[in-house]
Amino acid sequence: MGTQKSKASPPAGGRADTKKKLPEHFRDYRHVWVFMELERGQVHPVSFELLGEGRRLADQLGAQLAGVILGPPGDSTQHAVAEAFAYDADLVYLVEKPLLTDYRNEPFTKALTDLVNKYKPEILLLGATTLGRDLAGSVATTLLTGLTADCTGLDVDADGSLAATRPTFGGSLLCTIYTLNCRPQMATVRPRVMRMPQRSNKPIGRVIRHNLRMWEDEIVTKVVDFLSDGQSENANLAYADVVVAGGLGLGAAENLQLLKNLAHTIGGDYGCSRPLVQKGWLAADRQIGQTGKTIRPRLYIAAGISGAVQHRVGVEGADLIVAINTDPNAPIFDFANVGVVADAISFLPALTEVFIKRLAPRNHMRLVN
Amino acid sequence: MHIVVCIKQVPDSAQIRVHPVTNTIMRQGVPTIINPYDLFALEEALKVRDYHGGEVTVLTMGPPMAEDALRKALTYGADRAVLLTDRHFAGSDTLATSFALSQAIAQIGNSFGTPDIVFTGKQTIDGDTAQVGPGIAKRLNLVQLTYVAKIASIELSARTITVERRSEGGTQVLKSELPCLITMLEGTASIRRGSLEDALRAARSEIVKWNAAEAGIEDITKCGLRGSPTVVKRVFAPTPRAEKAAQIDTTEKTVRDVADELVTSIFTHQPALEHELSSTGSA
Ligand SMILES: Cc1cc2nc3c(=O)[nH]c(=O)nc-3n(C[C@H](O)[C@H](O)[C@H](O)COP(=O)(O)OP(=O)(O)OC[C@H]3O[C@@H](n4cnc5c(N)ncnc54)[C@H](O)[C@@H]3O)c2cc1C
Ligand SMILES: Cc1cc2nc3c(=O)[nH]c(=O)nc-3n(C[C@H](O)[C@H](O)[C@H](O)COP(=O)(O)OP(=O)(O)OC[C@H]3O[C@@H](n4cnc5c(N)ncnc54)[C@H](O)[C@@H]3O)c2cc1C
Repeated sequence: MGTQKSKASPPAGGRADTKKKLPEHFRDYRHVWVFMELERGQVHPVSFELLGEGRRLADQLGAQLAGVILGPPGDSTQHAVAEAFAYDADLVYLVEKPLLTDYRNEPFTKALTDLVNKYKPEILLLGATTLGRDLAGSVATTLLTGLTADCTGLDVDADGSLAATRPTFGGSLLCTIYTLNCRPQMATVRPRVMRMPQRSNKPIGRVIRHNLRMWEDEIVTKVVDFLSDGQSENANLAYADVVVAGGLGLGAAENLQLLKNLAHTIGGDYGCSRPLVQKGWLAADRQIGQTGKTIRPRLYIAAGISGAVQHRVGVEGADLIVAINTDPNAPIFDFANVGVVADAISFLPALTEVFIKRLAPRNHMRLVN
Repeated sequence: MHIVVCIKQVPDSAQIRVHPVTNTIMRQGVPTIINPYDLFALEEALKVRDYHGGEVTVLTMGPPMAEDALRKALTYGADRAVLLTDRHFAGSDTLATSFALSQAIAQIGNSFGTPDIVFTGKQTIDGDTAQVGPGIAKRLNLVQLTYVAKIASIELSARTITVERRSEGGTQVLKSELPCLITMLEGTASIRRGSLEDALRAARSEIVKWNAAEAGIEDITKCGLRGSPTVVKRVFAPTPRAEKAAQIDTTEKTVRDVADELVTSIFTHQPALEHELSSTGSA
């Protein structure tokens, strides 16, 4: 069990509070990188959200924005390269090798740390997905640099440092974290926390290829199988445009049907607060909030949910929040846009019916036209 | 086989309050618990031990009172507990935490036999980074298996392990080798109750207590605040939304009328939705 080979150790003592001029060797570290998550041929949308953020940070720094793509040779990897530019990257670092087909920690960690050591980014952003967190933790430890988890806000401050803000204690407070005396500054961001930027038709630009010196027989872990969730109805909650969710106020598992009916009527997805998962009424991937999914729908309807801070942090990005609750003093009314003090059990069916009425004639008209 | 389980003592966050004026966490009197995610790791470790034989050592880094968490773990059936405690560890971020823990695990290996598996929880409920597991794995050069939903099999003679790992959009079945580090997903088996025998043993057990030097840490600048590249600069309350929700008046109205008014209000706020819902909805 060996310890890490240590890099130039940071100047000892008093490191915390005074931020001085950046040390000389930091100047080599420039530009903003986004790790583009490619799994089984698909770019995870969080990568585009991060390119949007990365663009803003790079512009503030007067630096370039690069996408980092690790994948097998072939169309899907090339497609990811094109997408990086379409989401406004200035350049792409590309490692193509068959052993990068499925995500595994060992080759991905080596490929990404190799790139960082060679091309020295100032900021490196990854999605806080299972893949991103697995990879970011290894890479940061290999590089002996700081990593801020699950950020909800990223900014560059006056002296060019990355100010990464994340919720703490379940969202009741926020804290801003800096990485001092180490580069790159690394951060992970959850899907749906940042806005999806506009896609453009920007053509493919500069692609820098790196040759990963690693062979399959050096890699200990093998992927034996992949059991896809398939067309599991759960896949899209985080990215749904309309989400309807229920809480303990629904009273009984049977009443979830009212929720599903409404979701179905308006073409949305449904979710819940944590206690419903704990009671086994719905699967864990339906949970919305700090320890569940972050959603950013255009319309969020919460029925029988009190609006605890751990729930709130997962839904605040919604464009319009509607709350249905019997208690006029429920905390959810403090952050909802529209509130109805009503019994969800009788109100949800009425709401579903009204939607059916209001939406149906248009369908009809379109058919006639 | 020898299994090490890393557990963290955390404040019971259901009972945490934030001081309304000073914006500080009011920890006073808040009870502490074993990080709930770590109990899934501990249970899995105990199951592996029960099946394959061997010992489970629980390890925590924390203040002296973290001994409580270790004793609790012993009542569930862990065989040995190690408390890593030293004022030099104060203010550790995940890089410094994983350094200290990895050194202690190496020392546990020297003292009680090299571990075959190191378990951690998926994440904690306070720091909540999920970075310490990968950090330990990298430092000890162990294979890293994160978000493990199930240990399908362990072949002790061949030193291989097969696990089901939760990943985006599905489950990866991975075959790897021992020794390895596993971060265990929640929702696997709940922690056992522990026998009376274990409870009695836990009360009597000697807990191994190490400071930095005893854990074999030579370079103290890699620990605590000094060994932490990240610094929390500012803690603040989220800006409250300026207005409360606009309430739909319900007095003397039928449910149906209220619902109608709500839908009108939704489409007033989000005019585009009216068209889009009608084209995607199955109404
Ligand atoms: C570490 C930690 C992490 C957590 N993570 C999450 C998370 O990710 N997501 C999450 O949601 N929670 C999370 N929680 C739990 C959170 O603190 C709350 O306990 C939870 O959100 C409450 O769920 P609820 O609103 O459904 O239930 P309650 O708080 O019990 O609220 C029920 C509401 O329903 C209303 N009601 C009752 N009857 C009716 C009716 N007939 N019609 C309409 N309204 C009615 C009540 O007035 C009340 O406001 C977490 C907690 C901790 C400690
Ligand atoms: C509000 C807040 C925000 C923070 N943000 C960051 C950040 O963004 N980046 C950063 O590097 N640090 C951060 N820290 C510091 C970090 O919380 C500490 O380093 C902590 O000691 C370990 O991290 P964690 O709680 O996130 O553990 P996680 O990485 O979430 O823990 C994973 C597993 O590691 C094991 N483990 C963790 N800690 C211990 C321990 N002390 N003893 C034994 N086993 C353990 C447990 O099995 C646990 O389930 C933050 C701290 C606070 C209070």
